[in-house]
Amino acid sequence: MLDLKEWRDSLQGRLRPGDRPSLTVGMSTCGQAAGGARVMAALEEEAGRLGLQVDINQTSCIGMCYAEPVVEVALPGKPRVFYGHVTPERVPVLIEKHVVQGEPVREWALVQVEDGTVPYDGIPVMGTSPYYGCQVRVVTSRLGLTDPESLDAYVATGGYEALEKVLRRMTPEEVIEEIKASGLRGRGGAGFPTGLKWSFTRQAPGDKKYVVCNADEGDPGAFMDRSVLEGDPFTVIEGMTIAAYAVGADEGYIYCRAEYPLAIKRLKTAIAAAEEKGLLGRDILGTGFNFELHIKAGAGAFVCGEETALLASIEGRRGMPRVRPPFPAQQGLWGKPTNINNVETYANVPFIIKNGGRWFAAMGTEKSKGTKVFCLTGKIKNTGLIEVPMGITLREIIFDIAGGIQDDKQFKAVQIGGPSGGCLPEDKLDLPVDYDSLTAAGAIMGSGGMVVMDENTCMVDVARFFLNFTQAESCGKCTPCREGTKRMLEILTRICEGEGRMEDLDTLEALARVVKNTALCGLGQTCPNPVLSTLHYFRHEYEAHIKDKRCPAHVCQALLVYTIDAEKCTGCGACARACPSGAISGEKKQPHRIDPALCIKCGSCMEKCKFGAISRL
Amino acid sequence: MDASGNNDMNIKAKALADVLERYGGTKGALIPILQEAQEIYGYLPREIMQEIAKKLKIPFSQVYGVATFYTQFHLKPRGQNIIRICQGTACHVRGGARLLEAISKALGIGKNETTADGRFTLETVACLGSCGLAPVMMINEETYGRLTPEKIPAILEKY
Repeated sequence: MLDLKEWRDSLQGRLRPGDRPSLTVGMSTCGQAAGGARVMAALEEEAGRLGLQVDINQTSCIGMCYAEPVVEVALPGKPRVFYGHVTPERVPVLIEKHVVQGEPVREWALVQVEDGTVPYDGIPVMGTSPYYGCQVRVVTSRLGLTDPESLDAYVATGGYEALEKVLRRMTPEEVIEEIKASGLRGRGGAGFPTGLKWSFTRQAPGDKKYVVCNADEGDPGAFMDRSVLEGDPFTVIEGMTIAAYAVGADEGYIYCRAEYPLAIKRLKTAIAAAEEKGLLGRDILGTGFNFELHIKAGAGAFVCGEETALLASIEGRRGMPRVRPPFPAQQGLWGKPTNINNVETYANVPFIIKNGGRWFAAMGTEKSKGTKVFCLTGKIKNTGLIEVPMGITLREIIFDIAGGIQDDKQFKAVQIGGPSGGCLPEDKLDLPVDYDSLTAAGAIMGSGGMVVMDENTCMVDVARFFLNFTQAESCGKCTPCREGTKRMLEILTRICEGEGRMEDLDTLEALARVVKNTALCGLGQTCPNPVLSTLHYFRHEYEAHIKDKRCPAHVCQALLVYTIDAEKCTGCGACARACPSGAISGEKKQPHRIDPALCIKCGSCMEKCKFGAISRL
Repeated sequence: MDASGNNDMNIKAKALADVLERYGGTKGALIPILQEAQEIYGYLPREIMQEIAKKLKIPFSQVYGVATFYTQFHLKPRGQNIIRICQGTACHVRGGARLLEAISKALGIGKNETTADGRFTLETVACLGSCGLAPVMMINEETYGRLTPEKIPAILEKY
């Protein structure tokens, strides 16, 4: 029988740099998109050319998306140093200085992880660096630091300790009590207490039960689940196995969106490895407990993130939600009691079991315990994946971790919770990040997307953007969502095009409230949030579009006016040649002018003008 | 049809038969079967959907209903290379629309259209989940990040 402790002990030390240097490249989807594969090839070529004895490996995303491609260099007995913005051209210098001469290239280094070794001077240490200092990495603790496809690496870092504890020493009821004590709430957005949900499935009558993992991360601007699945698939699998034991299930599904091919590949590899070692499948760890796990790839429908639609999709049907109750805990997959949680929720489970519910409950606020993973994107300096304790303020996240606004522009709003969430203005930045405060302010915790917007973002355009998305993704089953989103989108489009009327704002608000209160599922009930929150906090921008026919952020094309400053214009004619509609005229070497009736507001002239003579109002 | 065309049809039919065989009797297999059928044919021809319905002993309307519900399925042939431009929030605020415009102009086709030579199909996608590198696009399985309209021609040339 598999002895986990013996296996773990035999692996000790193997995770730290061995007796030769190692070079590790971040190869998650974002690392690859930034050119990680080319960097890896360059490392291999250069190491080969110099005849160096080095290990070249890949890892997942350490969270500093802004610095991709990221490469870790580790020498035996020395701290691991992470470099950002590594290009194939920088590789020879990096290898020559750090690997051959043993001196890190300080100006390219991001952080170092000291691991009990003596740190290099002049390089920030991970735990106290500006980017990681306020973070508490639990769910993401292995990301970017271990090989996500290696079960050895998982076990060596404490993996499967929790499952062993559960199967050998705890009853299913005790497991549920421990999760209840932790205060863990669903990380998919709604925030339902996880332990309570498990107890419903546990208590539901029936001898066949399922556990399902919702990995259909569809919110635009969110990639937490992708990062966790690509970076630590085993922790999700272990969490699901524990949940299956607790609720009395012997079969499970991970429903992952098809747009994440790498996550699906890594899950398949991880499932096969766990099955081979008897950590998944029949008679797990010789305890007689069986759990079979399948992967289902989604087929591109946002609404399948809604739990009843997701179940319909696993069953091979159109992914349309149905009325609840009955809840999946009573009647779920193929009519059987089913526990559904999202990726991050399951990923928390092994850590809670290992360290105890009380440890988890010590983090966060009174009603929101533990940590939350967020994706920081938009107009900020440091885009990336972060994990912070609940209760941290938005200001700390945006200005301390993310480094503030790109090009030092003015902050305007932060959008939280994707198409179900809302936009919060500057005076809400000191709100603590927890389920209840965000909901009270008109946003929601959501799954963790956080898109920061600056002065150049038009809030009416943002509302239209989200409505455009939800309207396209509305499954069409219930009238409020199918018709309501369409009408709201029409009004928003009208306003963006300068055809809005003041009474539109009242209609929009009334429609939004009806859809929110009467739609069948979560998609419809929350899709008015971007409209309501922008109407509430940025009403003046709506009014400027309607009354003054002006887009204050200069985004809505129909409302822009391009003019040429006669003082600055040299009459070179570059603008006239670039203009696709022949709207610009003028004699050579004389100031030109734009005919507003012909101008299609494409901005080509402004891009071509070398003298800054064209302005946009 | 020439001999090689016939041969190609036979290989595809054989592959589909294997898929149907493999999923035989599995609950909820319709979506994975359609996904694999589309891998084989590049899209879902009507007669293939009819054959799947027959094999699974379900009405054609059910297969058609599923195929038209999910955006991943295509009922018309597509180009050799699929360009998918991300329209997510992060890409939107970082100029994703200008990217779509630039590619559309470079290829002379609009959204969901295929170039006359069948080389490219232009599609949009709600979010590729690489928001840290916005704006992004995918060509086939390759993701490109931190794009500007100026970078487009060189990338398209590779295909």
